[in-house]
Amino acid sequence: MEVKNESKSNALGVSLSGVQLQNPIIPASGCFGFGYVMAEYYDIDMLGAISIKGTTRDARFGNPLPRIAECPSGMINSVGLQNPGIDVVINNELPKLRKMFHQPIVANISGFSIDGYVECCEKIDRAEQVEIIELNVSCPNVHGGGMSFGTSTESIGEVVREVRKVVKKPLYVKLSPNVTDIVSIAQAAVDAGADGLCLINTILGMRIDIKTRRPVVANRMGGMSGPAIFPVAVRMVNQVAHACGVPIIGCGGVSSAKDVIEMMMAGATAVEVGAANLVNPYACKEIIEALPAEMEKLGIASLPEIVGIV
Amino acid sequence: MNIKNVYTILANRRLTHKTWVMTVQGDTEAITAPGQFVDIAIPEKYLRRPISICDFSHERGEITLLYDTVGEGTEAMSRMVAGDKLDMLNGLGNGFSVNPPSETPLLLGGGIGCAPLLGLARTLKNNGKDPIVILGYNTAADCFGMETWFEEIGVRAYVATVDDSLGTKGFVTDVIREKGIKGEYFQACGPMPMLQALCTGLDFPGEVSLECRMGCGFGACMGCVIQTVNGPRGICKYGPIFRKEELIWK
Repeated sequence: MEVKNESKSNALGVSLSGVQLQNPIIPASGCFGFGYVMAEYYDIDMLGAISIKGTTRDARFGNPLPRIAECPSGMINSVGLQNPGIDVVINNELPKLRKMFHQPIVANISGFSIDGYVECCEKIDRAEQVEIIELNVSCPNVHGGGMSFGTSTESIGEVVREVRKVVKKPLYVKLSPNVTDIVSIAQAAVDAGADGLCLINTILGMRIDIKTRRPVVANRMGGMSGPAIFPVAVRMVNQVAHACGVPIIGCGGVSSAKDVIEMMMAGATAVEVGAANLVNPYACKEIIEALPAEMEKLGIASLPEIVGIV
Repeated sequence: MNIKNVYTILANRRLTHKTWVMTVQGDTEAITAPGQFVDIAIPEKYLRRPISICDFSHERGEITLLYDTVGEGTEAMSRMVAGDKLDMLNGLGNGFSVNPPSETPLLLGGGIGCAPLLGLARTLKNNGKDPIVILGYNTAADCFGMETWFEEIGVRAYVATVDDSLGTKGFVTDVIREKGIKGEYFQACGPMPMLQALCTGLDFPGEVSLECRMGCGFGACMGCVIQTVNGPRGICKYGPIFRKEELIWK
């Protein structure tokens, strides 16, 4: 029995820049709170890792309600990076999660200026609970005319270069898909010192309530996620995997064990599950439980063997 | 704890031009208090639909839901029939206080917001309280006859309509005034303007059930967070019931 469990965990096990994951499933940032809230529903220790709610230097209340709109096969959110700020996250949220979670923690960090990113990353790099830093570059640069850091090779290069100087932990950059050429953006992040990449973040979208003649979300537009964006994510992961030789965390619309395998074949070493958690709190648990049978059907002995085979 | 189960629809019946009552059978273990809600998976729709629990019976494994057809999701619900299966998250949110600091708590409902007051009144009755119910509607055509359900469990219910087509003319507060009801504590559910009027207008303490567009319904997405005197709080997880003094009204 013990041997069987051992071989089973090896078959699902993956490694991100030296950080071992018992399986490739990571709840995506913003879809799992700070993790501990989900421990009420199942044993979260079965997860590969957890990417915590996006954290900024200062506390943020976020955007006004409504923040959510529905789409065919997906949703739009405009939460606006609500979080209690880096110090509260390090002092309260991470210790609370660590008490009940003994797998790697991915800290998702956002900022609105280079200084903000650097200060936040410096602090999180020293937090003993965190194994991987995930840099969210989809936020607007308040000193750069409001353009998102992740939409030009220059600005993404600058923020990654400055953060790289202050962090020793594996640095993964979470890319925005709202760009003309994802490969050049990805390459700029790698050239500036990223150990790995995470893609894709949400796709900008908008819904209008035709009865009230107003946008559904108060912030007018928001990030679209869910199964509708899965093919876009697979395509971008595949393009980037072919061009950049760093590990990729694939993300975007993943909802099943089959999706996980497809994303890994496209080039992802690990896979984040986002919106699926919001419609089914047991989504990650069910995916992990379904993976061995799905692998057997497809003749996959261990997951690392399929990474980037397409 | 398991909060996701499949339920069998026992009945789904139209009450008015827009209000329906659905009873379902299945696991009710996750329900701990009246005022909690379920989150229903609708075929062809991505997000679940949060609906407050009108009443429940652990013995029979039954849940009663009242809903208005306000969009595509609830319209799809109205087309479901007895025997259909429903994927639901259950027992979400905190629920009303079942031992409020009054022997005669005032239960105030507005429109479809009257729904959770039935389970609350029954629970309060069981706890030795003597609740007084006031149901407010815009017009008699919107009234779904809930006052008789309260009478069946031995609770007196007054009705008010804005257009004076049934009961007292005006709002639930007009019934309080007209009948000279002495309030010590109120428990309310209804549209936001009504809840704001109650929280800012009544000079005694109470609690209200808030409603908003939700992402998940269980505290994972922060899609329904409001600012309170204690800081940001998710309506779905920390609420939907908030004490009057916690809320900030603009």
